[in-house]
Amino acid sequence: MNRRIGAHHIAALVAGFAFLYVPIALLILYSFNASRLVTVWGGFSTRWYGELLQNEQLLSSVWISLRVALLSGAFSAILGTCAAYALVRAGRFRGRTIFSALLYSPMIMPEVIVGLALLLFFVAIGLERGFWTVVIAHTTVGMCFATVVIHARLAEFDRSLEEAAMDLGATPATTFRTVTLPICAPAIVAAFLLAFTISLDDFVLASFTAGTGSTTLPMRIYSQVRLGVSPQINAISTLMIAAVAVMLCVAYFAIGRKGRAPAA
Amino acid sequence: MTEPLVRIESVSKHFGIVQAVDQVSLQIDRGEFFALLGPSGCGKTTLMRLLAGFEAPDTGRIFIDGEDMKDVPPYRRPVNMMFQSYALFPHMSVARNIGFGLLQQGLPRAEIDTRVADLLRLVRLEGYGERRPDQLSGGQKQRVALARALAPRPKLLLLDEPLAALDRKLREETQFELMHVQRDLGIAFMVVTHDQDEAMAMAQRIALMRAGCIEQIGDARSIYEEPQTLFVAEFIGEINLFDANIVASDAGPRVIGVGPLQFSFAAPAGMPAGFAKVAVRPERMVMSHLRTACAAEGEGIIADHAWLGDISVWRVSMGDGRIVRVSRGNAEAGAVFSRGDRVFVGFDPASARVLAS
Repeated sequence: MNRRIGAHHIAALVAGFAFLYVPIALLILYSFNASRLVTVWGGFSTRWYGELLQNEQLLSSVWISLRVALLSGAFSAILGTCAAYALVRAGRFRGRTIFSALLYSPMIMPEVIVGLALLLFFVAIGLERGFWTVVIAHTTVGMCFATVVIHARLAEFDRSLEEAAMDLGATPATTFRTVTLPICAPAIVAAFLLAFTISLDDFVLASFTAGTGSTTLPMRIYSQVRLGVSPQINAISTLMIAAVAVMLCVAYFAIGRKGRAPAA
Repeated sequence: MTEPLVRIESVSKHFGIVQAVDQVSLQIDRGEFFALLGPSGCGKTTLMRLLAGFEAPDTGRIFIDGEDMKDVPPYRRPVNMMFQSYALFPHMSVARNIGFGLLQQGLPRAEIDTRVADLLRLVRLEGYGERRPDQLSGGQKQRVALARALAPRPKLLLLDEPLAALDRKLREETQFELMHVQRDLGIAFMVVTHDQDEAMAMAQRIALMRAGCIEQIGDARSIYEEPQTLFVAEFIGEINLFDANIVASDAGPRVIGVGPLQFSFAAPAGMPAGFAKVAVRPERMVMSHLRTACAAEGEGIIADHAWLGDISVWRVSMGDGRIVRVSRGNAEAGAVFSRGDRVFVGFDPASARVLAS
């Protein structure tokens, strides 16, 4: 089918992309603004990036966010691997449907409610809110996404590869280490990156579960904006967009590799 | 009498309500090329997986080289398998695939390299060691899978539909290659296949399975020429089946034809009285424009003629509408038959098999 692309098609496309990306493009553009006024263009400058490096509060939040994202990403990938393994390999065990429903529900539950529930829970068990409560909160959501990604990979995994390894003398443990894990590795890496990204830009869960001294970057940005927008916020946001974009690209290629990998 | 390499003693296995393998007993000798033949779902794959150790029998015992395989996991059995999908490890090079089993045996690096090089030469893939499986053609993958399964020097090699994924030309070539490798290495091979030509061409002995049971074991010739059951007769090759009655007479029981062909001949020993089928291969049928000299004969009209290169096949429609198949090598001299000809068809009782129906 060779349909002609008319002017109205292009117009719709441009409008669609404009709707999605003009605000972000403006934000990036103004991060290079020489003027202090956010809405007035005063020429190109990287001055706000320079000032950013002097802002210790902001930098410490960046550091906290990165550590939270790394840890919750790693926990999500590990727990997601275990959950996906149980779903795919344990057969039709009792309560499997409930198990998978419970696994996936934090994905669709409103974040405000998850955050509130976690807050009440931490208070109830007397756990002081701080760095680790944010990590736990992000892991609860991150592992759902991780499970979805790894589940897909494991479900299409050719079991005869494992049988072949055992047939050739590999014990079940060796088989898992030398065959199952390497073939699933791209999906696990992708799951990690996905959970990392989700953690990095989360605001709602963090604001419910963070304590003093564990203010994440999105929380810091929000609180600073309330006191007036500084172009530094544009700069740090631009850096965040870049980081997330890089992560998603790596995740995309990690998942994409699986398309060519399976034994045909 | 030496111990056979494999001894399967009344092994059964069921999955849910399906009896996949039902009281099967068989033996495979050292260095033998054995084939398990049968339609899909007959239990042949299950029987092979029982040998490899991926399934455990419900009842019965399996001995390999005199050792009871009960509680011996797949990774400790002196058996290797070539999977139908080849199951090559996609994240390893060809050389690492072939060396995988040797690595598990704990051989030193240098020896693994030498043996992998030998095997690559054996399957004519020198220089392919560093390739990845997805860079190989179907035939090359098949040879890597063979080399990988041979590498640990198993006592028995199991091959699951080894030629199914290859195209026709390659299949015949690979078939002879497998036979050469088997003969040169002296390892016992067990091929599982649904393709009778494949089994008959390669195997010294064939076990024909149906519904979890073995119907007949024998060499290709005896399975083709002396089928012991109706199922074997119909499964292997083309065959004409004529209805008959076995009746007692003064000179012992006789087979009397009911239907398009008239015949009456002495029944083979041990046949019970009652209904029977007389099975005759198309190439054993005699066809003529004149009366034949056969003890069994009938008259019909040629309904179809197919010229297949090496042979011709005629379908003769008998008076009652039944079809009799007749075939003849095209290199043989003889009368020319065409569609619509009125002909006599018959057979010599010596070339027929009488089977209980």
